[in-house]
Amino acid sequence: MPTLAIVTDHYHYAITIFLMMAGLYIVVARGNMVKKLVGLSIFQTSVYLLYVEPGKIIGGTAPIIDPSFTVYSNPLPHVLMLTAIVVGMATLALGLALVVRINEAYGTIEEDEIFERDRET
Amino acid sequence: MLLTLLAVVTIAIVRQRSLFGVVILASIYSFLMASVLIVLDAVDVAMTEASVGAGVSTVLLLATLHLVKTTEMKRVRPHLLPLFVSLGTGAVLVWGTLVLPPFGTPDAAIHKHVAPRYIADTIKDTNVPNVVTSVLADYRGYDTLGETTVIFTAGIGVMLLLRKARRRGRRDDAETSR
Repeated sequence: MPTLAIVTDHYHYAITIFLMMAGLYIVVARGNMVKKLVGLSIFQTSVYLLYVEPGKIIGGTAPIIDPSFTVYSNPLPHVLMLTAIVVGMATLALGLALVVRINEAYGTIEEDEIFERDRET
Repeated sequence: MLLTLLAVVTIAIVRQRSLFGVVILASIYSFLMASVLIVLDAVDVAMTEASVGAGVSTVLLLATLHLVKTTEMKRVRPHLLPLFVSLGTGAVLVWGTLVLPPFGTPDAAIHKHVAPRYIADTIKDTNVPNVVTSVLADYRGYDTLGETTVIFTAGIGVMLLLRKARRRGRRDDAETSR
């Protein structure tokens, strides 16, 4: 039984790490740059989960002070992740602008084709 | 459970080769993530994720797809090495989480540090009932200043990149018409 308890208690971490590794795999293995950026944002969202999950208290509520509640979930990870979402948005926008520029210079956004062009010149 | 659904959508994103499909799946992923965050009591984060992750990111990705080719090419290099690297890293990370406190326990280390002080003092110090707001704008205002600096820098970068492209495009047009 303790094994089962460990599995159910840490299931959310396993899924979070699965998402993280899926993002990493997309970034490393896929050559298409738009897809790489989507993988990067999957990695980022998995980090949100990684931070917010430990902050949850079972039986707690959202951290908005109200006399009818006493137990609140931890607000600090929420604040950090708000910042992370906005910064992730900024990196995505910058990355997509770079993709558009690369597409104009090389006519493609596939890594392999870009390397081929570089070898030719 | 919602988390399992998230994993399924991620697998679909990995396998999908049409980039339009990828973008729409990424949008679905963001909405699922927002629902998970609501379940985890992070309502402010969920709201931001739904608007920024599912809204603005999707618009930006679609705008990029308007300018580039929309199907992904099949890979010529083998992709076993990245698979092993991610599986290995994942296994080590899962092994590392086994010693972390179980889900939802109120006496975990994370709930013992500054968070109780924020919750207890927010009304007295800032008169804002939403603790997330008071920490974001008041206790950790400098973090938010740094965040806006990042956004500003990224905005400048995007503007410079795209403006240069447009000017070059105009010059190319002039050269071809000559």
